[in-house]
Order: sequence, then C-alpha cells, then structure tokens
Amino acid sequence: MKVLVPVKRVIDYNVKVRVKADGSGVDLANVKMSMNPFDEIAVEEAIRLKEADKADEVVVVSIGVKQAQETLRTALAMGADRAILVVAANDVHQDIEPLAVAKILKAIVDEEQPGLVLAGKQAIDNDMNATGQMLSALLGWSQGTFASELDIDGDKAVVTREVDGGLQTIKVNLPAVVTVDLRLNEPRYASLPNIMKAKKKPLDEKTAAGYGVDSSPRLEVVKTTEPATRAAGIIVGSVDELVSKLKEAGAV
Amino acid sequence: MYENSTADRYFTEEHQAFRQSLRSFVEREMTPYVEEWENLGRLPRELFRKAGEVGIQGVLFPEDVGGSNGDFFMQVVVTEEMSRCGAGGVCASLGSHSIGIPPVVKYGSEELRRTFAIPVIRGEKIAALAVTEPGGGSDVAALRTTAIRDGDEFVVNGEKTFITSGMQADVFTVAVRTDPDARGAGGISFLLVPGETRGLQRHELKKMGWWASDTAQLSFSDCRVPASYLIGEEGKGFKAAMMNFNSERLIIAVMAYSMAQVCYEEALAWAQQRRAFGSTLSEHQVIRHKLVDMAARIDAARCLTYDIIWRHMHSLDPLNLYVARTSMAKVTATDAMKFCADEAVQILGGMGFMRGTVSERIYREVKVLTIGGGTDEVMRNLAASQLGI
Ligand SMILES: Cc1cc2nc3c(=O)[nH]c(=O)nc-3n(C[C@H](O)[C@H](O)[C@H](O)COP(=O)(O)OP(=O)(O)OC[C@H]3O[C@@H](n4cnc5c(N)ncnc54)[C@H](O)[C@@H]3O)c2cc1C
Repeated sequence: MKVLVPVKRVIDYNVKVRVKADGSGVDLANVKMSMNPFDEIAVEEAIRLKEADKADEVVVVSIGVKQAQETLRTALAMGADRAILVVAANDVHQDIEPLAVAKILKAIVDEEQPGLVLAGKQAIDNDMNATGQMLSALLGWSQGTFASELDIDGDKAVVTREVDGGLQTIKVNLPAVVTVDLRLNEPRYASLPNIMKAKKKPLDEKTAAGYGVDSSPRLEVVKTTEPATRAAGIIVGSVDELVSKLKEAGAV
Repeated sequence: MYENSTADRYFTEEHQAFRQSLRSFVEREMTPYVEEWENLGRLPRELFRKAGEVGIQGVLFPEDVGGSNGDFFMQVVVTEEMSRCGAGGVCASLGSHSIGIPPVVKYGSEELRRTFAIPVIRGEKIAALAVTEPGGGSDVAALRTTAIRDGDEFVVNGEKTFITSGMQADVFTVAVRTDPDARGAGGISFLLVPGETRGLQRHELKKMGWWASDTAQLSFSDCRVPASYLIGEEGKGFKAAMMNFNSERLIIAVMAYSMAQVCYEEALAWAQQRRAFGSTLSEHQVIRHKLVDMAARIDAARCLTYDIIWRHMHSLDPLNLYVARTSMAKVTATDAMKFCADEAVQILGGMGFMRGTVSERIYREVKVLTIGGGTDEVMRNLAASQLGI
C-alpha cells in the first residue's frame, strides 16, 4: 500500500508571531519556518506503517511556495521515499485555502492511487481543520479524524479518536483519509545519515495551474490584531496580602 | 546577533537540516535533564545510544565504521547545538569519543575498527582518550606509562589522570611508551585498552565544574592486552596525538564561544526585563556596552574559527599556519567565554551567583577550557614557534 502524506510549511511553533503593520496578516518574511507539527506526526506514522510492513511507499506532498522544498527534504530525511512539490504561490504571505489544497490533493491522489492519505488534523498557522475532511468528500472516501491510534487491518483502517467523553474506535474502509492528533506518536529526529540520503531521493516539482486548480484566495482577511497584552502580575509576600489584594480587586 | 539560520559558504542545506534536528534533540533530550546529570556526576548510557542514533557520534567518521563522513562544519553544527544545553560537562563526556576514537579509525587494524570503533559510533560503547599523567600533561613527550611487549601481548604499567568519561568508558585509547629506552617523542605509541582489562583501576575525581562528566584517574598495573591492540605503527604515537589535538582544539574553540553565547543570551534576556532606577538594565549605558562587548568577542571568535576551518578544508595554508591559528583560536574563544561568563554573572547580580542560572554553571567551566586540550600558555608557545617568532 502506498501512503500519501501532505505536509505544510508553517511558521515555527517557537517563533513569537508578529502582526504586520497593515493588519493584513502575520509577518512571515525572514521568520523561521518548519513543518506543521501535526504533519510531522503523520509522516512519522506513515514511516512506522512502512517499517511494520503495512505500507510499501511513503510519498509526501507540499503545496505552497517554492521554499516548501525544505519541508519536503525534512520529511525525506525522516524516512519518506519521495516528494512532490506543488508550487501554488510566489509570495510567502499567500495562504492556500483548504478547498484549493484539497482539490490539488485530489488530483495527486488520482495520479498516485495511494491506499491511505495521512494528514495532520490542522495546520498550526490558521487552525482551519478542514483539508482532510474536504479531501475525503471530494474523493468520496471514508474518513477518520483526530486519530490517536491507527492500525491497518486488511482492507480496513482502525482509528481511535479522541472525543470529548474519552476514546472512540472506528473502522473505516480503505482507501481512506485519516487525520492525526497530537498523541498518536512522537516523531523521530532526522538523523545525519538520513539527511545525507535525503539529498538523493526524488523530488518532483509541479504547479497548481498544471492541475487546473485556481489557488487564489476566496476568503478576505478583514483584520488581524495582536491579542490584548496582559498586565504584569505581582508577587505577594503572604496569604494575608493575597487576600487583601483580591478584596481590593473585588475578586472575593 | 549572528544566527546560523541561512545556508552560506560554510553551511549547506544539509548542515541546516541537521542543525534543526539537533536543536529539537537538545531541547527535548538534553536540556531538561542537565541538572539531574550534574548531580549524578555522569551521563546515562541511554543518552549515548540516542546520540548515536541521531548521528551525533559519527559525524566526522567514514561510512565503513558507521559514520556520516561529514565535513568539519558538520562537527561545528553538532558542537554549537549541543552547547545550547549550557553544560560543558554534558558535551565533554558525550564527545569523549571524538578524541578517543579517531586514532582507532585512522590508524587501527580492521579488527580494532570493527570491535571498538563501530559500537562507539553507534552509541553502544563509551570511549576515552588517556594521554595526561599525574607527572604532567602539557609535556606529552615526557609521558612515563609503559607498554612492554611480552610474546603476543603488551604489559601496561603506569598512571593516567583527568580522563574524561574515565569512570564509564569501555574503551581507552592510551598513549604509552613502547620503547622505555627512547626518551622524548620517539618511543610513544597508542594502545587500545578495553575497560574491563584486569589490573586497570579507576578512581573518580571531583571537580570545579563539568559535573555531568565522569573524570577519572586510571592506574594500570601489569595490564595485559593483545599485541594486535597496538594502534598504528609502534613509535608513531606522538605525531598521531599531535594531529588529534588540532581538531580537539577547534572543537574546544567552538564550544567556548557557544557557551559564551549562552551566557550572552541569558544576560540579555535578564537585562531587558529586570528594572533598576526606573528603567530596564539594558537601558543603562554601562550594561548596554557590556552586552555589545560580549557580542563582539563571540562574533570575533566565531569568525576566526570558521575561517580556519574553511581554509584548512580547502588546503589554502601550510600546516604550521593552520596549527598556529588553531592555537590562537582556542585562546581567543576561551578568552571570549571567560569575559562573557564573568560579565553575565555580573549583569545577573546576586542571581548570577545562585545555582540554577546557566551563567553560574558556565562561570565554573571557564577554567577547564583554558587548561584542557592544551593550556593557554602552551597554545601561545605553540603559536609562537609555528609562526617563527
Ligand atoms: C576536566 C578535565 C578533563 C580532561 N580530560 C582529559 C582527557 O580526557 N584525556 C587526557 O589525556 N587529558 C585530559 N585532561 C588533561 C589536560 O589535557 C591537561 O590538564 C592539560 O594538558 C595540562 O596538563 P597539566 O594539568 O598536567 O598541567 P601542567 O602541564 O603541569 O601545566 C601546569 C601549568 O604550567 C604551565 N606550563 C606548562 N608548560 C609550560 C611552558 N613550557 N611554558 C609556560 N607555561 C607552561 C601550564 O600552562 C599550566 O599553567 C583533562 C583536564 C581537565 C581539567
């Protein structure tokens, strides 16, 4: 079985995000970018399926600016077999919206015929949480979202999902789209020997236009603002002082 | 300040990718445990294994022994990133094989490489280098530990001291005198001594800093090792030891300016947040200037070190110039660390004297870098002679 894993290049989770002066979005110029952490988990899971002989090829795909190549190299260094880059924007500030991404992914699925698409449940930049679901609708495939455990059982995927009340286990027919949650696994570190090997793995470059998909935005961002800054706290010397401060503030 | 975030003439995309991978490795697998290891006085073996898996232990070694055959800038990446954990003892002990194993890989027989180098590079075994003796370290040619041939064995007698990873090591590369009649450099060889050899005793040494590293005094009494454990040719050990020193000194230089940078970063963060007399510390001119002086010295040490490595990689200089500049880089970088640790503790005020700040720890680690791997004085002597002064 072939596993397809879409990976997104996003602002690194350690970076303190700054809003652009004109409020049109956050500043991404000269900011450290990395693979979306949920996608890293998806790549890890795909590699584990391969190591367990439940998959025979892991193909990663990234859609966005050309620099997303680096993200793909990271996935290859983790152990993916080959990569597809779909250039859909020139400006690092242009986000490709979930529907456009899902349409491009559908075209790639038609070409590649994977048995499973493993995606992150959401990207940490816009938190849309929509691409996987849209893709499954476009393909007419089953979906299992927010996987915290995954097993392949013949022509079915067994997906344990984290839901409000606890864990829910579902069985879906393959081919399927599964989106992964935080606790599914702990991604490995790309080792130096694998980084060296990744150089030689194939990376195909395509364009959104080549797939006949219009990737221009349909949503208009009206305004982006910084969260309100919190007032500095104070350190109190005793319980009495704490109580009197709380009284002053009208909290008790 | 200089952030190694873009590929340039020193660092390719692979260097950058490994840097990124190491940054999370250090953040998750090392930094949170530093305090625990400092108190334990040694590193867990598990860390060596994990480091082996990521490829840290094999950066510079050829592929046939499980290494990645990286260039020296790949080692720079490793040392810079590991130093971010802020504990030199962790880097020293985890890196003891980088001085212990090169002679085995370069000059050792196939048997030695297979039995000892490969497991060390995988992180399954720990290796150490034993040159220094209680009678003296700087004057390597005067060493007195003997290894006398007896049939198909060598019999080792003598003492070694200050040996990094010495309590835990499974493999020692020991500088010995194989010809007791030869004075000076001539009769010195490298011999591999397995840790479990009978007659080898270890004694733990307590130190000013580098607590996470187990440092030992070793005594060899009638230790017998197979004659095939001789590393390279008999009597050629001195030259090998000296060549080994150049890369060790460059690594120490990298570690020194990287530790200086950790101090700088801690002091800067503190100075920007701590208030005194109505403004943050960093708004007071005296403190601003201190921070700039720190940044300048770090930058200078780093640029010098990069330049030496780059020119050496491209064979641009005669050996004497490389040796001289390497010695000068070690002095320049450890000076930067001395200065930055001192100023950082000063900027942190009373907090800088308290256990728990990184600058406090690094302040206690300055001296080992101006002594180990060739003292400041020896570095200057060497540079002077190599420059024909
Ligand atoms: C924590 C730690 C870890 C170490 N790890 C290892 C290890 O793993 N393996 C190993 O083999 N060694 C190790 N060493 C030893 C280190 O390399 C030696 O300490 C160093 O080479 C200096 O030798 P020494 O201590 O005998 O000092 P000495 O050589 O006795 O020197 C004492 C003083 O005299 C000065 N001096 C000596 N000769 C001259 C001269 N010609 N002109 C002017 N001044 C001179 C020195 O600069 C120094 O200030 C370690 C040391 C430390 C502190």
